[in-house]
Amino acid sequence: MIILITFCLLCLIASFVSDRKKTLSGIKKGMTMFLKLLPTILSVIIIISVILYLIPNEVMLEYFGESSGITGYVFAALIGSIALVPGFIAYPVCGYLVKSGVGYPVIAVFITTLMMVGIITFPIERKFFGFNVALLRNILSLAGALIIGILIGLFWNII
Amino acid sequence: MKMFIKKNLFDISVITIFTIIAVISFSIDYQPVIEITKNNFADFLIEMLSFLPLLFIIIGLFDVWVPKETVAKHVGEFSGIKGSLIVIFLAMLQAGPLYGAFPVAYMLWKKGCSIKNVFIYLGAFSSLKLPMLTFEISFLGVKFSLLRTIISIPVFIVIAIIMEKYLKNKKFEINNL
Repeated sequence: MIILITFCLLCLIASFVSDRKKTLSGIKKGMTMFLKLLPTILSVIIIISVILYLIPNEVMLEYFGESSGITGYVFAALIGSIALVPGFIAYPVCGYLVKSGVGYPVIAVFITTLMMVGIITFPIERKFFGFNVALLRNILSLAGALIIGILIGLFWNII
Repeated sequence: MKMFIKKNLFDISVITIFTIIAVISFSIDYQPVIEITKNNFADFLIEMLSFLPLLFIIIGLFDVWVPKETVAKHVGEFSGIKGSLIVIFLAMLQAGPLYGAFPVAYMLWKKGCSIKNVFIYLGAFSSLKLPMLTFEISFLGVKFSLLRTIISIPVFIVIAIIMEKYLKNKKFEINNL
């Protein structure tokens, strides 16, 4: 976060010193894009907030925490695809899950789907890439996440 | 303005309904909605508002300063492995949720970045971000983090290649919303 603020400020200062007009038109362009995206992002976070309230994290995590075998993978992929949890919350939770006995391959599936597959953020993605491309990217990522989980399971005991 | 409302009719209705319900709930002290607003919604809102405006300012500046030829030359159709490495490096330096990467992907594509590199960028963004890796290592250990990273790289590169193949003869474009 601090890096982003510093970087943004440095860019702004450098740009402003070199060309005031260009800087202003750049800021205007960026802000226009932001405002166009704002309604979708707001409605997405409203929907997530309501869903998260109805299904608390602990309940979701308990589900794949206690199930083993293929069910564990499926639950991990399902929850990871739907949930939108920032990394700084997800990793501590995963650390806790590992301690309580969930296997690393299942954790890998959960983390990868969490980061790469976004069902709730699909409306945002669709706006940029179109329905088909967004759908294909998500399906491929889901498959990729399962492959990553399986490979980690295969390699874990060798290394 | 009229076009804007028409285009975002669903989103705007969700926001309006939520606002009305929230206002009513706060005035009659209805706990569940207050909890949703105060805990979940406020958290997400702060996360979003703290980084997206800055990101968009940088994207806007990038748009006015960096010429198309430069981007096309370094990460375009014929940039080879070097081009892919550049977008991976760019993605590693970033932070935030995936939806923050879409506008950057749009800008890269608009300036001539190849389709493959756009999707490599998205893949790297979701699995190689340095700030997240430090978190991962501290909570899940070096072995897991390294193994997951090393296995993820070929997987998202393959995904990017499939996307490129799929889109090759189609009229693909990333929309400026």
